Amino acid sequence: MVVTVEWYVLLGAVLFTIGALGVLLRRNAIVIFMSVELMLNAVNLVFVAFAYHLGDINGQVLVFFVMTVSAAEVAVGLAIIVAIFQSKKSIDISELNTLKG
Amino acid sequence: MGSPILFIILAVVAIGSALGMLLSKNAVYSALFLILNFGTVAVFYMLLNAAFLAFVQVAVYAGAIMVLFLFVIMLLGAEESEQAIRQTGWQLYLSVGLAVILVTAVVGSFLTGYGRGEPLVGAAVTPQQLAISMFENYIFPFEVTSILLLVAVIGLFVMSKKIVKKG
Repeated sequence: MVVTVEWYVLLGAVLFTIGALGVLLRRNAIVIFMSVELMLNAVNLVFVAFAYHLGDINGQVLVFFVMTVSAAEVAVGLAIIVAIFQSKKSIDISELNTLKG
Repeated sequence: MGSPILFIILAVVAIGSALGMLLSKNAVYSALFLILNFGTVAVFYMLLNAAFLAFVQVAVYAGAIMVLFLFVIMLLGAEESEQAIRQTGWQLYLSVGLAVILVTAVVGSFLTGYGRGEPLVGAAVTPQQLAISMFENYIFPFEVTSILLLVAVIGLFVMSKKIVKKG
């Protein structure tokens, strides 16, 4: 039994689905953000596995850019969550229905 | 690369910590499980000869981003929520469908011998090669990234200014 690139694809799929389930099922906005980070990490893992398998360095460069964008996204997102908490005293997303018609 | 036993142990830790993040009632426990998950992903990067990305993963994700998460959780006092996981709604049905698709895909791939292809062999990539590729072929996206970070800093400044005014 040898480790093939398919093993990494399967692991990435499992981690991505767990992240998607977290986005769908949790109500705490911070935990939803953490699930999004988990999904980004699953994609990064598959990127690096294919970069290694194909001997192509471009996959690793792309992972670097994904990390940068997600760091900026987390910083802005958490600032928005803090602002929402200050006005609504809650970060339960089912209570954020001000725009609902 | 690496023995199958090492891969399986790491994969079990990664999936277990991801499930722990999903199912923990307390948001602080979720964050700590996610740090463990990021650590195992960093070890996977080491196995795949991506040493630079492994250290960036530990420093940026497990370090900076998760400290930010823990800080905000504790600042807001939002650790506990009375109903952490949804019991009703269309999200529940969609997630059950996703889980069924995932289990079908994994079991089906084991049954059809999906993972028995050619062994994973790759060339070693040094951080120097990564830097050369980034600063020769990807110099324009790199500069765009700096603008993105600048926009994020200005956005944070605007958001926190509004908060100070309200308080």
